Amino acid sequence: MDLGLIAAAGIATGTVLLFAAIGEIFAERSGVLNLGVEGMMLMGAVAGFSTTLSTGNPWIGLVVAMIVGGLLGALHAVVTIYLRADQVVSGLALTFLGTGLARVLGEGLTNSNAARLPALSIPLLSDIPILGRILFHDQSVLVYLGFIIVPLAWFWIEKTRPGLHLRAVGESPAAADAQGVSVQGLRLAYVTFGGVLAGLAGATITLAVAPGWFGDQTVNGKGWIAVGLVIFARWNPIRAALGAYLFAAIGPFILGLQGVDRILGVENPFLPGRSATFFLEMLPFLFVIAVVILGSRGAMRQRLGAPAALGVPYVRGERGH
Amino acid sequence: MTAAATPGSPPPPPPAGSPLAVEARGIVKHFPGVLANDRVDFDLRRGEVHALLGENGAGKSTLMNILAGLYRPDAGEIEVEGVQVAFGSPREAISAGLGMVHQHFTLVPSQTVTENILLGLDRPRFLLHERASEAEIGRLAERFGLRVDPRARIWQLSVGEQQRVEILKMLYRGARILIMDEPTAVLAPQEADDLFATLRSMTAEGRSVVFISHKLGEVLAIADRITVMRRGRVTAAGVPAAGATKGDLARLMVGRSVLELLDRTPSTPGEVVLALRDVTADNDRGLTALRGVSLQVRAGEIVGIAAVAGNGQSELAEVVTGLRPCGGEILIGGRSVANKSASTVISQGVAHVPEDRAAVGSAPNLSLTDNLIMKRYTDAPVARGWLVDNASARAIATELRDTYQISTPTVETEVRLLSGGNLQRAILAREIETNPGLLVAVQPTRGLDVGAIETVHKLLLDMRARGTAILLISEELDELIALSDRIDVIYEGRIAGSFPADEAEIGQIGLLMTGGADTDRETAS
Amino acid sequence: MTIRLELRTSVPRWLSPALTLGAVAVALVISGLIIAAVGGNPIASYLHILNASFGSVGVLSDTLVKATPLILTGLACALAFRMRLWNIGAEGQFLLGAWGASAVVLFPLVPAGTPGIILIPLMMVAGMAAGALWGLIPGLLRARLAVNEIIVTLMLNYIALFWIQFWVFGPWSESGFQQSKTFPDEAWLPKLSDFASSVPAFGGLTVHLGLIFGLVAAGLLWVFLERSRWGYEIRLIGDSPRAARYAGIDIAKRLIIVFAISGALAGLAGMSEVSGAVHRLQDRISPGYGFTAVIVAYLAKFQPGRVVVAAILFGALILAGREIQPSGVPAMIQGIILFTLIVADVLVRYRVRIERTAPPPPAMGATAPPAATPGGAGDGG
Repeated sequence: MDLGLIAAAGIATGTVLLFAAIGEIFAERSGVLNLGVEGMMLMGAVAGFSTTLSTGNPWIGLVVAMIVGGLLGALHAVVTIYLRADQVVSGLALTFLGTGLARVLGEGLTNSNAARLPALSIPLLSDIPILGRILFHDQSVLVYLGFIIVPLAWFWIEKTRPGLHLRAVGESPAAADAQGVSVQGLRLAYVTFGGVLAGLAGATITLAVAPGWFGDQTVNGKGWIAVGLVIFARWNPIRAALGAYLFAAIGPFILGLQGVDRILGVENPFLPGRSATFFLEMLPFLFVIAVVILGSRGAMRQRLGAPAALGVPYVRGERGH
Repeated sequence: MTAAATPGSPPPPPPAGSPLAVEARGIVKHFPGVLANDRVDFDLRRGEVHALLGENGAGKSTLMNILAGLYRPDAGEIEVEGVQVAFGSPREAISAGLGMVHQHFTLVPSQTVTENILLGLDRPRFLLHERASEAEIGRLAERFGLRVDPRARIWQLSVGEQQRVEILKMLYRGARILIMDEPTAVLAPQEADDLFATLRSMTAEGRSVVFISHKLGEVLAIADRITVMRRGRVTAAGVPAAGATKGDLARLMVGRSVLELLDRTPSTPGEVVLALRDVTADNDRGLTALRGVSLQVRAGEIVGIAAVAGNGQSELAEVVTGLRPCGGEILIGGRSVANKSASTVISQGVAHVPEDRAAVGSAPNLSLTDNLIMKRYTDAPVARGWLVDNASARAIATELRDTYQISTPTVETEVRLLSGGNLQRAILAREIETNPGLLVAVQPTRGLDVGAIETVHKLLLDMRARGTAILLISEELDELIALSDRIDVIYEGRIAGSFPADEAEIGQIGLLMTGGADTDRETAS
Repeated sequence: MTIRLELRTSVPRWLSPALTLGAVAVALVISGLIIAAVGGNPIASYLHILNASFGSVGVLSDTLVKATPLILTGLACALAFRMRLWNIGAEGQFLLGAWGASAVVLFPLVPAGTPGIILIPLMMVAGMAAGALWGLIPGLLRARLAVNEIIVTLMLNYIALFWIQFWVFGPWSESGFQQSKTFPDEAWLPKLSDFASSVPAFGGLTVHLGLIFGLVAAGLLWVFLERSRWGYEIRLIGDSPRAARYAGIDIAKRLIIVFAISGALAGLAGMSEVSGAVHRLQDRISPGYGFTAVIVAYLAKFQPGRVVVAAILFGALILAGREIQPSGVPAMIQGIILFTLIVADVLVRYRVRIERTAPPPPAMGATAPPAATPGGAGDGG
């Protein structure tokens, strides 16, 4: 069991969760809950894959995936912001829609080999002992994109004027509106952007990390894990990234466990084919529950950083007493 | 017109020949079913404090909202410093130098003072230069005596301090004309004096202030000129404050000399119904709100609680009605109810008219009927075993609607469609019909028009006459003095003083509400 | 020109059902377009669905069999959603119910040969208990720790899936296949074809007792929600938890109980499927009943009677949809329907106003603008 390899795999798969989680962070920081991430990821995955199959160019596939994700995000935004529909139901509807539509569109796409996005090693950095092999050696370009996006997202949110507006819109839309900040416009923009990143996350699977289309199994709950990660990360991009990598390492760890004959001197009950592997499969989902519990406990949501207006549509001056 | 080059610098002199900062002519504004402004004229001179007086519903806020760019008038013209304007948004009004501080603050609670003031501005362009902005804001605050810490987060500030932030927001944007909507509603008398000093320093520089209020005494104290509105019309335009009397103003406001005739016969209080001993409690943020409160309310007696917002009176109401845990002892009718559930307290004969009638006192999307049976759906005749008898529920609702004159299309109408006054009538109807031994009423007349206020006062006095003990919490000192048999003042979670009704005097109460004679205190909590 | 949404002050009675039907119709049109776009034939597909589900008594019976678990899971969701409890875990609760009922037979918990009259009720109890347990977890977490139930219930769905797989691939596996052995006859819910000897018309009809479970549950739930005091409380909590608390209602307790009942209903669905339709526990025992139930409940506007109707419609979709090319169409149609329903919902609450000039921006932050009801006194301003 090569821990280094496991960690490297975790970084790769974690990038998927990371993109989805950061997109969700932007959406939720603006005050809109997006539960359609799973559906958007599936659509991004299938759109990216099938475009790559037909054009032979994975970069085009990547762009198409992001556009598709963005369109779905915009749909969610319009329905919840301008039509004031319930955000929870709209997100769920998007998940159903994305799942079903992805199944329809992915029909007949076998897990044939389409072109992949290139993987590369970064020269100097990959020579760093231990970390270099994990982080910078033979990773997909999207992984490196992930490394860059995280600090950029943090900087944008915390240190810039647009970030201040974003935070205000999510905390207290009435105050932002009174100061001339366009609440609805910003929310539309950020939710759409969240969709773009979700599409990117989906494409990361089919074009980089686990190439091929496997129907629903392609995403298999990662979108929901990303939503849970956002709560765990307390809406902070850097924590989300760390959580994503850690979570993603669980899968390869399980596989690694399955390759070992004995654990701590005892015969390995988790070998593939042994029914106990199913308990290992449960682990990521159990972890999400644990993580969400920890995130909700104790301290008031306000102190924890949940955007105060999350989930509540903003309407100017609707009748109050 | 653009804002001044640096925030807070003295405004440029107006174009020659226009002593008027603002002139509005023939303003008309409709809302569904109501003519809020009926051909209103209004003018504001440079360097003056102009009070806009009228009762709730008179149309003063509407008029000012139009000036501040929130509403568009249906008809009429507005000139700011001699130039005709038509604002499409508050942002445009601010660029013209006109800013408004509303009754309900528009601040982001979790962000700092600096972040709130910078919100929505065009500069700094991209990166937030927090240190530099903080220093600038600090200097601005100094100049006008608006003491506040630029690094503090809004939720940490007292209401008075939050108001200062709102004012600073306007000044930072170079507002030369400041409109303040009922600013002293949330201030104690001493804080109000501080505010007046700030306003005076602004007018000394040549800025102009419009001061909306319904309090006669205040208006006479601070204003240079007064405009009175009533039912959407101006009844007195720009009358000099010197030489006006309360009686004159009252007549212009409501058409009669005295505002309200309350028939409060001397009471003969009975047994002690509610007793608090050394009650302590925390607020929602985990800070101590009540630090050992002891008081008593007898049957047939109204005890009024006077306090500035944020000194523990909300928590006091919640602790008595079983909505908040506490330390110490609370006895109702001799039974201990501290830390018992709300349902236990209700079954002890306690009725509660809550502060937030829309979000707590009622379920907005349920019918009037459903709301009226909220406290009696487990008893006959509404309940039949574990079923709810819809027919008898409707009958009861119809009866209550008639008795308490709740204006509504049907008893099945959703209560969110009722006006504030009618919703309060409904809540009072429901609570009174439970025949309580104790009634806790919190801000019962907030935001209501005169007719509804009179109704509420009458109902309270009726209950008092019937022997109910009433704990009345209100920010309206006039209301407390008129209704209460005794007034207890709460400051920082403790009873600071207690007066029988005939000894109550506004000045003294006001002093205690802010912790004594110490007017240099920074914060109130 | 701008389009504005204005809150309706009164809602005509016909509007909501009309918009619901309209939403479904629009959804079918959109789905048809997509089917055409990927090379299928929408008209043929829809006709096929109608035929394959309602075309004869035989297929009608099959449709009802598919609808049975949908009725119960739909009721489970409707109950929870009324209180704004987002129970997306009906799928997992269904699976646990199936497992619980199977456990009675497969452990076994009772001696072999126990007559059906005892065995079936035991399986029902076991199924409901297992489902209730799976519902209690998110219920308790939400009530005591304010944990978001959406994520918990979703995660539990996946965990339930692996739980079933463990048993079905492992201890209960029949000669290495992904399914348990077939249940003994006593564990089978009676179906219409059992009575074919006395009533020949029933021959070959697979409708089983589970349907009665569903109908009875719908009736009971209707009484519970519309006529009982707990139904009133649920209405109140769903609309305004703060008001409910103020009125003295113990929300946490109600929340836990409702989640448990919701889980029990879904668990009963699992039991009825395993005992009435499949007669064994296997890996792919649910084609997503728990998720379709969400849409069923929404379409039914959380009303028990309409849940039954919606369940039958979606049962038809599931039954016949499997034969449509491309696959995935039923899931896609479901998603689109939910979406159009959301939009229809908005149109019920709001009136659309198209105005030629820019409207005056309404107030914010100031005292409420007076919008009087007939005869009411305006206030504020």
